[in-house]
Amino acid sequence: MNAKIILKVATRSIMKSRMRSLLTALGIIIGVAAVVVMVAIGDGAQRKVEEQIASLGSNLIIITPGASSSGGVNRGMGSFNRFTFDDVDKIKNEATLIKGVSPLVRSGGQVIGGVGNWFTQIQGVSPDYLDIRTWALESGEFFTDRDIMARSKVCVLGADVKKNLFPNDDPIGQQIRIRNTPFRVIGVLKAKGQTAVGTSNDDVILAPSRTVLDRLSGGRFISSIQVSAISTDKILAAQAEIKSIMRESHKLSPGEEDDFTIQDQSDLSETATETSRILTILLASVAGVSLVVGGIGIMNIMLVSVTERTREIGIRLSVGARASDILVQFLTEAIVLSLSGGVIGVLLSFLIAYILNNYTSQSALIKPQIIMIAFGFAGAIGIFFGFYPARKAAALNPIDALRYE
Amino acid sequence: MENTLIKTVDLSKTYKVGDIEVHALKSVNITINNGEFVAIMGASGSGKSTLMNLLGCLDMPTSGEYYLDGINTSKLTKNEYANIRNQKIGFVFQGFNLLPRTTALENVELPLMYDRLEKVKNHQKQATDALIRVGLEDRMHHIPSQLSGGQQQRVALARALVNEPSLILADEPTGNLDSVTSVEVFNLFQKLNDEGITIIMVTHERDFAAFAKRIIEMRDGRVIRDAKIKDRLNAEEELKKAIAEAEIAE
Repeated sequence: MNAKIILKVATRSIMKSRMRSLLTALGIIIGVAAVVVMVAIGDGAQRKVEEQIASLGSNLIIITPGASSSGGVNRGMGSFNRFTFDDVDKIKNEATLIKGVSPLVRSGGQVIGGVGNWFTQIQGVSPDYLDIRTWALESGEFFTDRDIMARSKVCVLGADVKKNLFPNDDPIGQQIRIRNTPFRVIGVLKAKGQTAVGTSNDDVILAPSRTVLDRLSGGRFISSIQVSAISTDKILAAQAEIKSIMRESHKLSPGEEDDFTIQDQSDLSETATETSRILTILLASVAGVSLVVGGIGIMNIMLVSVTERTREIGIRLSVGARASDILVQFLTEAIVLSLSGGVIGVLLSFLIAYILNNYTSQSALIKPQIIMIAFGFAGAIGIFFGFYPARKAAALNPIDALRYE
Repeated sequence: MENTLIKTVDLSKTYKVGDIEVHALKSVNITINNGEFVAIMGASGSGKSTLMNLLGCLDMPTSGEYYLDGINTSKLTKNEYANIRNQKIGFVFQGFNLLPRTTALENVELPLMYDRLEKVKNHQKQATDALIRVGLEDRMHHIPSQLSGGQQQRVALARALVNEPSLILADEPTGNLDSVTSVEVFNLFQKLNDEGITIIMVTHERDFAAFAKRIIEMRDGRVIRDAKIKDRLNAEEELKKAIAEAEIAE
């Protein structure tokens, strides 16, 4: 008997009792759909977290001034030893594993221009900053190193600021006043969306670091240095390199503690992805239970079916079927049932995911692997729970089977 | 040409029912040649069904030997038994034993599906030919419940014929049929026998046994009589008689 005939016989007998087959497969349909949807919801949540982390910047390393600790009294982060442009230049010139480096000088204030005024934060950065934060310009241009050294009063608007001050006009070339200092707008940033904590990335104005330091922050220090490593697997090496440069720059003797902190995004992303991964596993295992219950349903129906079809088995044996033919037939029926249940279940899960993504705030992401796993599971359940009934059918004696009433 | 189709040597079968041993068949020695038409008779419990099961390779003997077509079947495995059932034997049962909700054509195709040698390439054509042989070409796509008893038994006969077996075993083939329909079936048997197919059938009724060429009577697991039938009935003539009688009755 070749595979084509085996499949034909199996589908034929499944189609002969459609309603019962559908009800049998229902357990698998629900089980597969539940597993796929649950994992998709978990993956959707994880993707959201990953997107938020990615929006911070690629291979981002942030150096913040350390806490000053004297006589056992810790005075908190940034209380001592703020960074200078020398630190930034040292890193830029000496580090080999970095793509870009930018100081970050924070300021904030009322901005007047265009159609009104707006309170926002002003960040003093270097031209590398766009690349570090994987940000892009919507229009215009970004300032250059020359602008930094010349302390030019130019700025680039975030999408939210542009929307509020210049809702209809092109802001490029226009003057705005930041805390009464006039700045010329030379570019607009692309919208970046929310940060991980739910505030907007786009409610910001970027300006040359030295300009902000001198004109707006009143001589305050650089609040952090942002660096991007050349690649993800070089992040740790780049951190070590920066650490030694910074220690040298700050003239720390070997025994002394660092007066700065170096962080990358991996801590943040690890925590976030770990949380959503646990959620996914939890949801999937609950759904997995229903898949097993579906499998038991298949075994139940197949056992009934073997008893009901004893005479059929007898007839098949009498015309020359081997015990193995009967085994394969019943096993195939169970597998076809559970796999078609799997197909319908996956289709159903696509429908549910579509509804979730379009009509609810929940996002679901169906990855190809999870479909393969769900199919594999459905097939394995067909084999596992179909084997016992199939073996029972194959063990029948032709005479007894023929006489069975 | 080897003319002996079946030869049994001290063929015995013992069943165990609880602690009691039932000797269903005791040292049966029979020889049946190609082209014979044998009726096996006997009361229930005489061992005739056990003998049929053994001859049909549905069951294995407790002791003794059974040669079919020169093959000593006592030495075969279960799978080889299945092959013999598929290749050399066609079964016709009292209860027809057709697959329900399955067309006549698909029922007849069934043995071809299990033919490992795949002698026949076009299953459908072979099955159609077998149905034509039993005169059911216009009922091929009917399912058993749409067919009369006589038609169902003819489908079963077509299924028995489809693999071109050398032996047809019929177990009370007309037990569920009225007498006219029974004669029709025997008519078919006689025609097939004339074409050279060996037929062995079990029957209760002496009248029907007269359609065969030879009669074997059994009692308590032994053969008690084995004789040629002298006044053999011709089913075709009997059929004409029966139809004529029916017309007179009207």
